[in-house]
Amino acid sequence: MIWADTIVQGVLLGGLYALFAAGLSLVFGIMRLVNLAHGDLIVMAAYLILVLVTLLGIDPFLAALISAPVLFGIGWLLQMHVLNRTLGPDILPPLLVTFGLSIVIQNALLEGFSADSQRLSVGALETASLALGPLNVGVMPLLTFLSAVLVIVGLNRLFYSTSLGRAFRATSDDAVTASLMGIRPQNIFATATGIAMVVVTIAALYLGTRANFDPTIGPARLIYAFEAVIIGGLGSLWGTLAGGIIIGVAQTLGAAINPEWQILAGHVAFVIVLLFRPRGLFPRAVD
Amino acid sequence: MALLQTDNLTAHYGDFQALFGVDIRLQEGETVAIIGANGAGKTTLMRSISGVLTNRADAIIFDNDRIGSAHAADIVKKGIAMVPEGRKLFPSLSVEENLLIGAHGRKVSGAWTLESVYEMFPVLKERRLNPGTALSGGQQQMVAIGRALMSNPRVLLCDEISLGLAPVIIKDIYAALPKIKETGTSIVVVEQDIGQALKVADRVYCMMEGRVTLEGAPSDLSRDAIHNAYFGAAA
Amino acid sequence: MTTSTQTARTAWSVETRTRTSTLFLGLAALLVIVLAFAPFYASRSLIQDLFFILTMLVLAQGWNLLAGYAGLVSVGQQAFVGIGAYAMFGGVILLDLDPLVSILLGGSAAALLAIPTAFFTFRLQGAYFAIGTWVVAEIVRLTVAQWKALGGGTGTSLPRSATRDMFGLDFLKDTFGFKTSVATDVITFWLALILAVVTVGVVYRLLRSRQGLGLAAVRDNQNAARSVGVDAQRLKTIVYLSTAFITGLAGALIYVQKARISPDAAFSVLDWTAYVIFIVVIGGIGTIEGPIIGVLIFFALQNSLSGYGSWYLLVLGLLGIVIMLFAPRGLWGLFTDRTGIELFPIRRRLSGGSTEKPGG
Repeated sequence: MIWADTIVQGVLLGGLYALFAAGLSLVFGIMRLVNLAHGDLIVMAAYLILVLVTLLGIDPFLAALISAPVLFGIGWLLQMHVLNRTLGPDILPPLLVTFGLSIVIQNALLEGFSADSQRLSVGALETASLALGPLNVGVMPLLTFLSAVLVIVGLNRLFYSTSLGRAFRATSDDAVTASLMGIRPQNIFATATGIAMVVVTIAALYLGTRANFDPTIGPARLIYAFEAVIIGGLGSLWGTLAGGIIIGVAQTLGAAINPEWQILAGHVAFVIVLLFRPRGLFPRAVD
Repeated sequence: MALLQTDNLTAHYGDFQALFGVDIRLQEGETVAIIGANGAGKTTLMRSISGVLTNRADAIIFDNDRIGSAHAADIVKKGIAMVPEGRKLFPSLSVEENLLIGAHGRKVSGAWTLESVYEMFPVLKERRLNPGTALSGGQQQMVAIGRALMSNPRVLLCDEISLGLAPVIIKDIYAALPKIKETGTSIVVVEQDIGQALKVADRVYCMMEGRVTLEGAPSDLSRDAIHNAYFGAAA
Repeated sequence: MTTSTQTARTAWSVETRTRTSTLFLGLAALLVIVLAFAPFYASRSLIQDLFFILTMLVLAQGWNLLAGYAGLVSVGQQAFVGIGAYAMFGGVILLDLDPLVSILLGGSAAALLAIPTAFFTFRLQGAYFAIGTWVVAEIVRLTVAQWKALGGGTGTSLPRSATRDMFGLDFLKDTFGFKTSVATDVITFWLALILAVVTVGVVYRLLRSRQGLGLAAVRDNQNAARSVGVDAQRLKTIVYLSTAFITGLAGALIYVQKARISPDAAFSVLDWTAYVIFIVVIGGIGTIEGPIIGVLIFFALQNSLSGYGSWYLLVLGLLGIVIMLFAPRGLWGLFTDRTGIELFPIRRRLSGGSTEKPGG
């Protein structure tokens, strides 16, 4: 029974990692941009929510709702004025610029908020749990997982059933021909990053309510997110959820054996999957 | 005043100059063919007009508007649509989505809708849910033409629409041009296939090595004149 | 007309040296000699600063070779610094080796680790390679933290006895009257100087060789390079393994000097990869001069701004971003564009001959 419990915890943790990863996957899918500052952007969003909670005395969920459009704007501007300049056949500029951005965000947060651990409090919800058959499942982890599923359903609908999604896919296929359709690729990229930042806000909400956070934890979240994306197969959002679950389960199983092995077990699972499936579990047919 | 004209249009790819002062005119309702051998600069001319290559603002004038330096997306919105060389369908989009995205930048009501495109090319309706790139070459060309028409353009630029297609298919594709012309759309056709071009065009420009070498109505041009303008005079 | 064609043909020659570069090589040799004697006229803290500059230069040349020439953008070089350092500690503590001998063990361990790492990460393309190398570094860090004999997660120190008996120490103490602590710094400084000179020399030789040309071809166009018979994968593997070896040596050397190790410090992505990337980017990626300029600027920045804590890193990050966006070839690239000067010319240039057409 203890194993079943561990696995369920792992699956739910995977939902959090899928949330970390969904924005990354979206941006990579549309513009082949790998954002090494993604983890730090999540942490930054968590601090924005924290500031709103502290200043206005509101609930973190409401604060996240207010933060989302602000972060959309930040993402839009960042893409339009910085990251768009780095796109091209050479992979160095985007990698190095986002790596620099990661250092800048971490240290700006350190300067503004110190290295102290913070937490978003959701009151009684934190300890609330549901009995699912013989298992007791925390309400917040469950909510995290359901949010991940909802985000993925939402992004897939956006991608495959709206005219914006059509423009996303067309631009991703061929930006020059897309511009012959009246699409401005630069705007499309900025919008995509804006949407990714809305997902980042949701990820930040659950990051901050689940455990303590401080300005330096971004890079580790980035790595988990990447592992989920790569395991899932580039460009497949459901694959990303599966990847997140694999990392999450591996981590909780590792931790059950020896608490020091939690993170290590996740990384090892990633390496093993890639050794057998170099293109991930659900690779996109067209690439 | 012509609907669309280029004035002393030049173009460069790095150090290589592809166009040397090209002047062409397109009148409202007219179909103009631009012929020339490979490397004559025809596609560069199309890419310049459609905004893929930018230029001096006054190098291209459309309906009294200086559009030479405008972004490709804005040029579509003004009413010039392009059927690019090699069709360039979006592989992630179905046939119908490829058509719909043609109207992304310019949502103008006119003769062309999903229904009227399907009416002109019925085979596309049968295959509307297939990925665009799963179709045969001729069908893909139909999608590319339909996609450009979906913006109800005032000028349709067709770049090498017969390239790589069987003669029977080329006939089918070219049969669509008079129907498009009937709706009042002005057309520029770029062709290596001189016979096809002369059949549909009101006027012909012949290009060689980045310059216009001959201009006139098909009936006024002799075979020899075209031959010389196309391949260069035998020295 | 015939004669002029022939003269033109014979007068052309391919050169990879320029007059400036030959002059510079002389100056560089002089500088190395002056540096080698630094322990006899410089303060101990200057020696330590020079040690830091030289070891960072070695790491920077290695990363530059990987990313700037082989297109392998690694964010996981800390794996090789850390494993080099830990293997050195292992050699000293578990095998009772002399620290200096153990440095070679560090380099070898890093090269050995690079084999499975390459096998795994080379499956990943571009940016995913970067993340893959980072994950490997994390795996190695977390695994080493389980190694209780070397202090586990908290780390350990080099035993006094081992450092006191280090090879050459007594000679220096007896001959020049250095104190033990000073003599240790002097030895590690000399080793760092040798390692830096050898690294720059090897990279320079490599880039001027046929393999170097192949590497440039691979970077510019992998498919084209393959079609003219350049085995990209093999070249990349060689570069990756040799860089790991050099990085491991540097890591081991750095930790002989530090004499205290912990997994978090030895596998720090900030210290051993982020700083190194900034050095290369600021100086100029894809040149040998760039990392040299970069390490000096980095040192100056660190010395003048380190009192400001995180502001310093913030400025460094912003500087890196601005340079990448507006001067992607770095400060050295800007300088070369203005002056045409190259100190380590690796391009082949035609000289002599005449550009006139024969008979024209």
